[in-house]
Amino acid sequence: MANSSIMRSGVTLAAIAAVCTALVAFTYQLTDERIAANEQAWLEQSLQPALSGVFFDSGVIESMLTVPAPHALPGSEDAIIYRVYSGEAPVAALFVVSARDGYAGAIRLLVGVGVDGDVTGVHVLAHRETPGLGDRIESGKSDWIRQFDGRSLADPTSDEWKIKRDGGEFDQLTGASVTSRAVVKAVRNTLQYFDANTDGIFSAPADSGSEVEE
Amino acid sequence: MTTPPIVDRFKTGLWYENPGLVQLLGLCPLLAVTSTFVNGLGLGIATLSVLVVSNALVSATRRFLQREIRIPIYVLIIASLVTCTELVFKAWFPALDRSLGIFIPLIVTNCAIVARAEVFASRNPIGSSIVDGLVMGTGFALLLMAIGLFRELVAMGWLLAILPPGAFFSLALAIAAKNVIDRRRQDKQANAQLRRPRQLGRLKG
Repeated sequence: MANSSIMRSGVTLAAIAAVCTALVAFTYQLTDERIAANEQAWLEQSLQPALSGVFFDSGVIESMLTVPAPHALPGSEDAIIYRVYSGEAPVAALFVVSARDGYAGAIRLLVGVGVDGDVTGVHVLAHRETPGLGDRIESGKSDWIRQFDGRSLADPTSDEWKIKRDGGEFDQLTGASVTSRAVVKAVRNTLQYFDANTDGIFSAPADSGSEVEE
Repeated sequence: MTTPPIVDRFKTGLWYENPGLVQLLGLCPLLAVTSTFVNGLGLGIATLSVLVVSNALVSATRRFLQREIRIPIYVLIIASLVTCTELVFKAWFPALDRSLGIFIPLIVTNCAIVARAEVFASRNPIGSSIVDGLVMGTGFALLLMAIGLFRELVAMGWLLAILPPGAFFSLALAIAAKNVIDRRRQDKQANAQLRRPRQLGRLKG
């Protein structure tokens, strides 16, 4: 009977799917904590390139501030801000944001902004851009990402905060203008957010869940 | 001269039916990640472990699988194993995971794995299938490492080797080298066969 054979196939498929799901769930349980710890360690290590020329005390991670979505920063999930202090005085803020309009999925960026509004560095945390083309946004693969250092909303002016192909100031990566455009836009939007909320960012208590005044 | 079957199996996987050199399977990861020796080693080990376990699982389930649903089952098994491998790499080899990036999840698309499941594991007992996964995976991993090492060394003098076209040139060279070696061996054997009767004749005479 055709019917019973379909039933048998369905049951076999369902059983194997259940076993496979259990296997993945088990591995996830086993590795979850280590992966989170690794990512935290990687984040702390990668804060450095986004803070070039900034002197600060330790404890950057403890100053973490979560900005719940929706917010004016790039990305649709919660954004994270690390406040960097030297003694009591704020010196910079680090934003973990996502550029969602890249070529393949979200590009997770760490954007460092000095208290005076200058970019202290941009670092790519994760991305799925094309290997060999878009992946040159990584600092290890090219110097492209360094061109933001020292820039601010006044330099260049806001209509020049674009890639050269769109009539702006910034170089695009050959063969990866979609990626380049997404990163430039995310950095610009982060600067605009910082400019509009500077006081709120530094005065909010560390991760109390309270929102930064928009 | 008899060689134990396990040695023959390794010769087959590493040389005569090397998945990369002869079957030309799994070229996408082979060409993409072999820019360094360490990357080749990392992806080689990841592929090898997925291949061994997938062969074992496919072989273990082969008796109660209906023919018409076998492909979706292979895909399910392989995709789950690759996800587990990715999690393990993220947890224990984070640096390697970052440098291999998307190519660990992309092991799913390595047709060498589906090919071994279909051609070998679905028709052979579990022990034999594990050995098959081991030898084929080792053959693939060694090729990845060899090309990675070659490109890394050559790139010191010739930058193109590290760029994507370099991968094609390196693979072509590797296949050419294998064919030259095979040809020489064949010639030698043929010569030996030609000579033997003549020598016998002389002895008799």
